[in-house]
Amino acid sequence: MIPLTYYLVLSAILFTMGALGVLIRRNALVIFMSVELMLNAANLAFVAFARQYNAFSGQLFVFFVMTVAAAEVAVGLALIVAIFRVKHNIDVDQMSSLKG
Amino acid sequence: MTPSDLLSILPLLVLVVWACALLLVDLWLKRKGVTAFLAALGLALTAGLALAQAGEETTAFGGMVALDGFASFLNVLFPLSGLLGIAVAYGYLKRMNIERGEYYSLLLFSTAGMMLMAHAADLVVVFLALEFLSLPLYVLAAFARPRLDSEEAGLKYFLLGAFASAFVIYGIALIYGATGTTSLSGIVAAIEAGSLGTSGLLLTIGAALFLVGFGFKVAAVPFHMWTPDVYHGAPTPVTAFMAVGAKAAGFAALLRVFVTAFPALDADLTPVVWVLAALTMFVGNVVAIAQTNIKRMLAYSSIAHAGYILMAFVAFGNPATRADAVASALFYLVTYALTSYGAWAAVIALEKQDPSAGSGQAASGLEINDFAGLGRRRPALAAAMTVFMLSLTGMPPTLGLVGKFYLFRTVIEAGQVWLAVIGVLTSLISAYYYLRVVVVMYMREGAPETTREPWLDFTWAVSALATVILSFLPMALFAWASAAGVMGF
Repeated sequence: MIPLTYYLVLSAILFTMGALGVLIRRNALVIFMSVELMLNAANLAFVAFARQYNAFSGQLFVFFVMTVAAAEVAVGLALIVAIFRVKHNIDVDQMSSLKG
Repeated sequence: MTPSDLLSILPLLVLVVWACALLLVDLWLKRKGVTAFLAALGLALTAGLALAQAGEETTAFGGMVALDGFASFLNVLFPLSGLLGIAVAYGYLKRMNIERGEYYSLLLFSTAGMMLMAHAADLVVVFLALEFLSLPLYVLAAFARPRLDSEEAGLKYFLLGAFASAFVIYGIALIYGATGTTSLSGIVAAIEAGSLGTSGLLLTIGAALFLVGFGFKVAAVPFHMWTPDVYHGAPTPVTAFMAVGAKAAGFAALLRVFVTAFPALDADLTPVVWVLAALTMFVGNVVAIAQTNIKRMLAYSSIAHAGYILMAFVAFGNPATRADAVASALFYLVTYALTSYGAWAAVIALEKQDPSAGSGQAASGLEINDFAGLGRRRPALAAAMTVFMLSLTGMPPTLGLVGKFYLFRTVIEAGQVWLAVIGVLTSLISAYYYLRVVVVMYMREGAPETTREPWLDFTWAVSALATVILSFLPMALFAWASAAGVMGF
């Protein structure tokens, strides 16, 4: 059996990669993908802990997170498409109509 | 799931069903005024049902949901803020050519999410409620499409909000890993059992990530970068609703989770919250001075007020002041809700479409200098705006003074005198930019074009009167907030 620590380290690496992706990348879609990576890092942690405790609750939580992530995709992609229609560009650095 | 479970969240259920029905009914309604009326009716019904629940204490759905004084207090506050959100939006949406029925359904859904947040007694429910209230708000922020600034505000809010949610969920995962449960009472039991060992570190990191996530939501420095842009770009009624409702809901979750589950982490978290509160008050108030746009100024003011409410959390670890901390935070939330709704209503009265930019492309009338001459043109509106600015500063005779008094007293009782001193000093700084608006209104010549709409006038008039009158009899409200401060399950 693979020890819990391995899963946790992998999940921490995924979470950090996601967070760095949000901070460094400038394409709205890629930023959004990075956020999803962070959510999945949390999912991995939940499943690993659930096996550790031999409990279902952690696995159930993953379903909640996946459902919420799907809802976020619907709203997020709609927003990105709406902006792309106007600007033909989804680079967040060029979203500068709001500076003051 | 038993009937008593459903009964305990009846106001919330009614609101969700009402919002779904409204979404359908709206398809057949030509006049959007009817939709607005139906939405307001639903919110009023919800507030009435929540009021009828006052005094009940129970848990439902296997301990996932709590109904106590805290929940029923906030469950009255949230529908009322939704009602004001409809009142300020009704004429505005018409005027800006964005009169779409979805506004009202989305507002109802978001309010329902806030109410679920007040009930949450389990971290799963906290997360669900957070998303339930945020997703409609992302859409609302981009509601003025195809206006580019509104769409950008929506996308920015969405990306940062999703980023924050990821922190919250990862924090919850670590807390689950440390304690083996997500229920708040279960976490307390696990901490008290003292069998955490090395998991104690996991718990602290989890709580810290949770705090970071909600720091984004309530716009605490250094997680506030999105706030000015989003508040500036979103349609102004949405901004008002966001500033009041989303902030109150974020603090509701933080209060509930910190006070119930994390008192044992007091030694680790109190210094962090101390620094967050001090930074938020300082940065919010100082940067607000440099703003020339009223929406951005009020955005930084809202950041600063998040700092004041964060002060209450410094007192949460001390059992003697815990109940007072919750009560004064709730009282301040009510104060801020009333005052800031009024101020935003005054901003909406001055906002108009920019004729030079084509149909509905941009709005003007949002610079502080556009308020020049308001004292002569609309004496009542200018007087109301003066009340709001005084209340935001915390000067008599307004509710803002009472709110700050209770907060500072709690912080001093908790032994954090220096934080209270920082609070007072930053309030003094804030007087500069709040009073500048008053000076511009009365001392400068100008001819501002304002809008007269019955519901908008009603909002600022009622907020102004309540801000002044309640300041003379705050004890009733504070007694209610104190009763809500007792959270037992």
